[in-house]
Amino acid sequence: MTLQARYARDRLVEISIILLTLLVVVPLLIIIVYVIMNGFSALNLSFFTEELGSPARAMQGRPAGLMHSIIGTIVIDLVALMMAVPFGIATGIMMSEYHEHPFSPVARLMTSTLNGMPAVLMGLLAYALVVKNTGGFSALAGSVALAFVMVPIIARTTESVLRITPWSLREAGLALGLPRWKVTMSLVLPAARAGVITGILIAFARAAGEAAPLLLTSFGNNYFSIDLTSPMDTLPQRLYSLAISPYRQWHSMGWGGAIILLLFVMITFYVGRVVIRKLEKYTNS
Amino acid sequence: MSSVEQGQAVQSAPAYHTNDRHPAPERISGEAPRMQTDNLTVRYGVSTFGIRDVSMPVFDRRITALIGPSGCGKSTFLRALNRMHDLGADIEVSGAAYLDGENIYQPGVDPVVVRRRVGMVFQKPTPFPTKSIYENVCTGLRLAGIRRKSVLDEAVQKALSDAVLWDEVKDRLKSPGGSLSGGQQQRLCIARALAVEPEVLLMDEPTSSLDPNATMRIEQLIQQLKQQVTIVIVTHNMQQAKRVSDYTAFFYVGEMVELAPTPEIFSSPKQPRTAEYLHGTFS
Repeated sequence: MTLQARYARDRLVEISIILLTLLVVVPLLIIIVYVIMNGFSALNLSFFTEELGSPARAMQGRPAGLMHSIIGTIVIDLVALMMAVPFGIATGIMMSEYHEHPFSPVARLMTSTLNGMPAVLMGLLAYALVVKNTGGFSALAGSVALAFVMVPIIARTTESVLRITPWSLREAGLALGLPRWKVTMSLVLPAARAGVITGILIAFARAAGEAAPLLLTSFGNNYFSIDLTSPMDTLPQRLYSLAISPYRQWHSMGWGGAIILLLFVMITFYVGRVVIRKLEKYTNS
Repeated sequence: MSSVEQGQAVQSAPAYHTNDRHPAPERISGEAPRMQTDNLTVRYGVSTFGIRDVSMPVFDRRITALIGPSGCGKSTFLRALNRMHDLGADIEVSGAAYLDGENIYQPGVDPVVVRRRVGMVFQKPTPFPTKSIYENVCTGLRLAGIRRKSVLDEAVQKALSDAVLWDEVKDRLKSPGGSLSGGQQQRLCIARALAVEPEVLLMDEPTSSLDPNATMRIEQLIQQLKQQVTIVIVTHNMQQAKRVSDYTAFFYVGEMVELAPTPEIFSSPKQPRTAEYLHGTFS
């Protein structure tokens, strides 16, 4: 092959990669532009300060908003995260650090299965476990459902980042007379913290966008509530309800809510990036 | 130990090799062994031997160098001396290794306790990446239950001074361990190992990733440390074994071929295989 032909081939590969990347990015941009175009007009002060109330409220032009959904999303997702993080990290440690343990392959099978399971099934599971037993829909049940979504993601990412931490780090700790749990908790886990946090963020963002697990658990609420034992509103499930409603005003509020949800996920990732960069700066300096 | 054997001079001592099923280490020099292995065998999987029936003493507050070609089992032997093989999958250790007369492979012996008494420094410097210089040295001490800051400060300074690193890092104890140069990192690892005051220090090619200058500093350091601790060092570098060690053991295909005082093994090896290796017939 001539030099010319090799250059041409190199170019060709490069251009294909750029084109394929654009194909991925373009639809995302279209979604963002479309959501902003449709939803921006719905965003005003009362959107952030008022609750939704009855349909009449929006139709009569009285102030209505999604304040209760925004707060509900934050509350339910944070509670879910608090439940999921210890389980997820512990499972990840089990799969990576105690891979010789007979329970380890079982844990791996379970997390893969959970990971591939439709999210609505997590909702059904939480419905059976919490709603059925407590006698009603509740924010807490929603958190449990979302925790089921988060756990396998956190476990898988924790496992993979722990596995790429050098074996020599563990040996150095063991040689110092540190017991195994201490090596894991005070050396391996901190060394992998940036990756573990990334996994937590991915799980959080993914759960924040889930509507299906919440329909049968936290149920939704047109009014503001901060009570974990009663139904609470969340953005994704509210978007769904607004979208299938017959009211034009509600459709437009739904678009507004979509902007907020997008922002929510983007801010989560941005803050995460900043934190991770800070951590990596210390380790690598 | 008979009085005749006890009085024997270092130079005239007979060399050891693995055919001695019941070695009487006193014979070699009149020195007391700190550790002693008895038919120590390490197997990878069912049939691959890492080391086979190694019986040798490790003399108290002396430097013992382990030499031999790559894959001869010297690192495997070293790691067997503080039970670092315990976590390896499919690794089986048999035979015995005595530390002060107690077999560390005996049921009921906690490997964690063994490793606190027998420390280790690795080929590549392994500072704990998320911890500061100070915390790196402190890790083992905190584990031993020391909480008082004044005690920790003092111990950290002593360990870093013993490792000839104090003057270079005393103004930046809060910086991460990874910010030091390679040679400094290795001395930090030595300081970290020394802080817990081990009785035996195992060093697995501690200078192989360092430049000549850093190597020289580590070698000087090893010489000084011998006052306090018993040292076993694996080295690829024949000159280094000659420079730093009191005793040298030659390993070949998983067997300990010969152990003798260093000047002796280099000048007049007893075993033909040792002589061949030292003269470069094979490597």
